[in-house]
Amino acid sequence: MERNKITIAITGLNNIDSPGPGMPVIRGIKESTEFDARIVGLAYDHLEPGIYMKEWVDKAYMVPYPSKGKEALFERIKEINAKENIDLIIPNFDAELFSFIKLENQIKQLGIKTFLPTLEQFEERHKSNLPEYGKKYGVNVPKSEEAFSMNDFTNILRSFTYPVMIKGKYYDAYKAYSLEQAQAYFLKVSAKWGYPVIVQEFVEGTEVNVIALGDGNGQVISAVAMRKQYITDKGKAWGGVTILDDSMLELTHKIISQTKWRGGMELELIRTTDNKLYILEINPRIPAWVYLAVGAGQNIPEALVKLAMGMDVKPYTSYEIGKMFIRYSWDMIVDIDMFSKLVTSGEL
Amino acid sequence: MKVNQSIAISENGFIFNPITGDTFTLNDSGFQILTLLKSGKSQDEIKDKLLSEYEVDELVLERYLQDFISDLKRNNLLLEE
Repeated sequence: MERNKITIAITGLNNIDSPGPGMPVIRGIKESTEFDARIVGLAYDHLEPGIYMKEWVDKAYMVPYPSKGKEALFERIKEINAKENIDLIIPNFDAELFSFIKLENQIKQLGIKTFLPTLEQFEERHKSNLPEYGKKYGVNVPKSEEAFSMNDFTNILRSFTYPVMIKGKYYDAYKAYSLEQAQAYFLKVSAKWGYPVIVQEFVEGTEVNVIALGDGNGQVISAVAMRKQYITDKGKAWGGVTILDDSMLELTHKIISQTKWRGGMELELIRTTDNKLYILEINPRIPAWVYLAVGAGQNIPEALVKLAMGMDVKPYTSYEIGKMFIRYSWDMIVDIDMFSKLVTSGEL
Repeated sequence: MKVNQSIAISENGFIFNPITGDTFTLNDSGFQILTLLKSGKSQDEIKDKLLSEYEVDELVLERYLQDFISDLKRNNLLLEE
């Protein structure tokens, strides 16, 4: 069967110790039996490893940080599109999603497709909105409050017992055992991610995750459950195994059907010793461990591309249990000329 | 009590619980006991078999067997019927 030629722009090429999802998403797409994809990498930093991985990324362009505003991003996408004739963009960072959702119509007018959650879906699952989310959809969530200043933060902590989780708006989470430790983490997190800083009840249990893909009409196209086996000091899974936990998959179906979620999603869950599932976070994009789902039989990146391109997609109904992923790091040797070309021209 | 039917037991004593993702490694005697439990043998039958195979004091064996069965239950490998 001849594969459809397609040009896909992808962010999240930072395949570092706390990796972005870009490279595993590309890997899934490159393994597709239906698409012959040219990959255009969109990078924020000159040292994102994916830029230099030429067997996966055909061409890479620098794009402005989300803090530069959505108009700067749109102008850059227009420039890149004029050269590349992009069919689809898959953004992979929480911090850039707001801009891409806001730009969805403008991007569409360039002839580029996206497959993103709506702004309402994106906003209501924010860590700081989890308590309302729990009430609205009838799911267990830990007590959470948001702090906009140190005073605020210290007052909020009075109603929590230690240990307590201190979380950044987009990334980073620290477990604090005392007021002093919590305040130090507050400063660290707010300096990096701004406000609010989220104070969350610590729920003891086993960390489990689900990766899922919703079609935007309430149907789950894909869902794979995973248990983290090794967690780095940044809280990232460095090893994990697929599991068959019906209650996790039921919870995923419940959330996607109720919210009519559109796009990739990751549920970060805790299973307590009394067997209750708590939602710690709902990440509004494909997570970095997506290749485990591909390896277990559900090519989520490929299915997302098909959905975005308006193709018919049959939901996956099973996956292999007991498939593991073990992450590793690998040093690439890169000529300085490549780096200088990227720095000076913004593309490689 | 019966062995959790969903667990995968390898010949080398490695156990994987596909629901929780937990993994365990058993030594030879632990593997033998779990295999006997899986085949439907009662605790007394297992005790008698082990007494006939190993030079071990009956009370000591009973205590270790009881501890091991408690461990299996605590880790959801053995379920109450």
